[in-house]
Amino acid sequence: MLLIGNCKIIIAVLYDCRGVLLFSQNLANNVNKKLSSFFLQGKRRGDKIFYIVTIGAAAYTLLMLALIVYTVGDGSQKIFSFEGIKFFTGTNWNSVEGRESFGALPYIIGTLISAGIAVAIGVPISLGIAIFLSEMASSKISTPLSFVIELLAAVPSIIYGLWALFVFRFWILNLIEMPLYNAFGQSIPFFGVTPFGLDWFTAGIVLGIMIIPIVSSICREVMRAVPNTQREAAYSLGATRWETVRIAIFPYAKSGILGAAMLGLGRAIGETMLVTLIIGNAIGAAAIPTSLFSPSQTLSSLIANEFNEASSDLHLSALIGLGAVLLIITMVINIAARLLVSRMVKVSAGVKE
Amino acid sequence: MLRSRGENLQEGPRTNYKERLQDIMLRRSSRRRLVDKVVSISAIFSVILAVILLGSILIEVVINGARALSINFLTQPPGAIGSGLGGIGPAIEGTLIVVGLASAIGAPVGVLAGIYLSEFAGNGIFPSSVRFFSDVLVGLPSIVIGIVAYLSLVLTLGSFSVWAGALALSIIMIPIVVRVTEETLKVVPNSMKEAGHSLGIPKRTIILHIVLKSAKSGVITGIILAISRIAGETAPLIMTILGTDLFFTSLTGPVDALPLRIWRLVSQPYQYAHDFGWGAALILILMVLGMSLGLRLLAHRRRFKIGTIAA
Amino acid sequence: MRNQRLLGLIAVGLLSTMIISVSASQKSFAQSQVTLNGAGATFPFPLIDTWRVAYQKVHPSVNINYQSIGSGGGVKQFTAKTVDFGASDAPLTATERKAAPGAVQIPETIGSVAIAYNVPGIPTKTLKFTGPVLADIFMGKITKWNDPQIQALNPGTSLPAANIVAVHRSDGSGTTFVWTAYLSKASPSWNQTIGASKSVPWPTGIGAPGNEGVANAINGSPNTIGYVELNYALTTGIPYALIKNAAGNFIAPSLNSTQAAVTNSPIANSLPAGDQTWTKVSLLNSPGSNTYPIATFTYLLLYKDLSTNPRLDQTKAKALVDFISWAITDGQKLAANLGYVPLPAAVVKHDQDTLKSLTFKGTPLFTGP
Repeated sequence: MLLIGNCKIIIAVLYDCRGVLLFSQNLANNVNKKLSSFFLQGKRRGDKIFYIVTIGAAAYTLLMLALIVYTVGDGSQKIFSFEGIKFFTGTNWNSVEGRESFGALPYIIGTLISAGIAVAIGVPISLGIAIFLSEMASSKISTPLSFVIELLAAVPSIIYGLWALFVFRFWILNLIEMPLYNAFGQSIPFFGVTPFGLDWFTAGIVLGIMIIPIVSSICREVMRAVPNTQREAAYSLGATRWETVRIAIFPYAKSGILGAAMLGLGRAIGETMLVTLIIGNAIGAAAIPTSLFSPSQTLSSLIANEFNEASSDLHLSALIGLGAVLLIITMVINIAARLLVSRMVKVSAGVKE
Repeated sequence: MLRSRGENLQEGPRTNYKERLQDIMLRRSSRRRLVDKVVSISAIFSVILAVILLGSILIEVVINGARALSINFLTQPPGAIGSGLGGIGPAIEGTLIVVGLASAIGAPVGVLAGIYLSEFAGNGIFPSSVRFFSDVLVGLPSIVIGIVAYLSLVLTLGSFSVWAGALALSIIMIPIVVRVTEETLKVVPNSMKEAGHSLGIPKRTIILHIVLKSAKSGVITGIILAISRIAGETAPLIMTILGTDLFFTSLTGPVDALPLRIWRLVSQPYQYAHDFGWGAALILILMVLGMSLGLRLLAHRRRFKIGTIAA
Repeated sequence: MRNQRLLGLIAVGLLSTMIISVSASQKSFAQSQVTLNGAGATFPFPLIDTWRVAYQKVHPSVNINYQSIGSGGGVKQFTAKTVDFGASDAPLTATERKAAPGAVQIPETIGSVAIAYNVPGIPTKTLKFTGPVLADIFMGKITKWNDPQIQALNPGTSLPAANIVAVHRSDGSGTTFVWTAYLSKASPSWNQTIGASKSVPWPTGIGAPGNEGVANAINGSPNTIGYVELNYALTTGIPYALIKNAAGNFIAPSLNSTQAAVTNSPIANSLPAGDQTWTKVSLLNSPGSNTYPIATFTYLLLYKDLSTNPRLDQTKAKALVDFISWAITDGQKLAANLGYVPLPAAVVKHDQDTLKSLTFKGTPLFTGP
């Protein structure tokens, strides 16, 4: 018995030794390879460093987002534990000590409707401009015009705000709002409030104007990128210009145009200073518009108005909570845009085949 | 004429069909022409509308802004409020510093990340999330970024500072540069990279000296776009740099900037302050345009020298 | 291509000229330059800014930077110690004092809130209002200009049958605090439903940023009414109303009527010490036949031991105290021209007592009388 036990032990130890030997042999080989490659191919090291640097830069992007999510999440913890889900559905906004109550619903509505009008006005006009520039105009007109529109995309949005406050607001007031109010104000409540020029309607229109340069530039680029063969094929079949655009260009350009529209939507939702100058800055339940001419408030404009002033912890947390809502809305729009674009790419790919 | 032909039912069904088709096509063709005309007119109308509106903005800025321009206006600090004296010198200097610092951080990081996404990465979870979250960051309202910069930098460091402002602006800038760089680099034909590999050139040299060089104009366009965007951002600056009437003294102290100064000037009750605001807006636009044209010029300069196929 | 090049060269040239001229005109900062950063109320901003320029002529090495971000912002940044001093129209509440222990309040000037309106055909200082009526207007209970309650106060004036648009501040502000404090005193219903604060849930009307935003909104549209600080009303020439005071007289806001509010106020002669609570200090509805009922102090905020704020060193702390000492004495000579009421002698003395109590790590800083 003892003998067999001893043999087993000896065999086990031998196996271990063999394993160790093999392992160390392997290790020596690897080290040898590494050392020789290290000295023979120094450029590999440079490549590796470069690779690490670029991956670090990419990771930095994620790090920034993590910082944003963490800061916003941490800062809004207080309000969410205070209000809970009611923060998304409530309509109060009271920071008076002892009576605090905060609800973001009116501003979510304000953000969505003003951005909605912006896209509803801005995207069709941008498409019209893009069609004009890519299909209709001679290069003598289209080159300088597209250059100018591209330059306009660089105009800071606060300048749109100044112009809207001092000039455009009166155009809208006198040309659109007053006539509508005088004609329908008594009969239809939607036109019922005394128009002032500072309301969600004006804000939406100015936002739409603001996104025109960007959206139209992208649409024009996307449409121009469609190969001429497609156009020529359509024309040779006897299509009119509009039909050519519809048949030959839109299928290719659809995802790009949608991307441009989403970009415009994102800009419209995120715009702060311009909105706070002309939206009328209503608070609480009064911010839910009952008429075309009601003042309203968006998430961004409320943050801009109150953030510098908010001294109570809960008020500050409520404003950061609005930031969290904006973050969520932005992510939702991005996910929706991706899904839509990928579906369009699939469809058009199917059509091509 | 056609209708009378079609009514002649004594002819066979085939002829009837052809004539009816011709009939439909002619009627349809006038409807098609009508639709085409309507669309063309709408397109022209959109262009005219946009030209009127956007032109009105430019005209307002130029007319109102030119009124305020003078050497004093460009170089002096603001005088006492209500006096009408002074200018926006610190704001111009501050914009150059903050935007310059933000670009110095944002441009290299963005380009490098874009290089990673297009040259090294596939479609794994890490690169896909970088792409997705870059898109999210591009669309994120800048005021949220301002809040984050305030909470993480201003409060922790105990001061409104250039760093906080530059950080906030760089967070806005980087995703734009990343996406544009990635898209531009992807377009460079593989044949160039393969040629480089076959010559034994290390990958980093291929990327930096061949691929990047040929995509240079696209990458620079992306950087210009990003800088134009951040030069005009007001909301993040409100929360991070406080603003000041003094010229730049230190990176850890408050600084002024044009968008912020415009916002504050417009909030004053004096006509001269409004004029100054328009003047500052004009200067801001001129600076952004100047930078954009200048950078484009720098990017294209080589093309004239070498004259070879750059891409 | 060539044109683009030329344009680009011009642009670059323009830019470099600007940079060169800016840096050439920059003052070279000697070692002894001191910069004081403050932030807070928009109401005293024109005065503090004038002080900034005037004080530099007397003490060229001291640079003051005051940014008007609103009273709430002033309190917040003062508490967070991101600025050297704060300014607020509203005294610190109990919660705010707890968050910033050792805070001291020094009133540096006095102003009042004017009710501005824009009703076509009705000139300035013609309309009369009382506190309760104004509260009802801003609550949305009185909706038309020719409402019987308004008409009763203004029998000789023909008021239009138009809707009233009430304009308020969209940014949290000390002016709002003073205004809502007045409305809370005038109307129990307002006090119950809305209350007094730098930022309240307005039931109706348009919000505009800053005093100027409100003035703009009123100037730009008919049938509007809103509240602005007196000096902004005087500067923009906007019509303002007569308000019924505690003695029953309808008084227009002016330097004299505001000053009367201070001198006649019982509180002004028994002000709390700088480091105590000032929440009971109110110049609203002061007695006196010519007193304007909506007057207010505005305060500078400092820490009693200035070293509490890590931004301040001995030199800066001394410079700050010297500046405030100048502001409440010599600086007051500049107040009247700008539409601010100079501090009465009793208040100046009280402020000097407060300044005497300020220290830097135990060393007293005030070297004045």
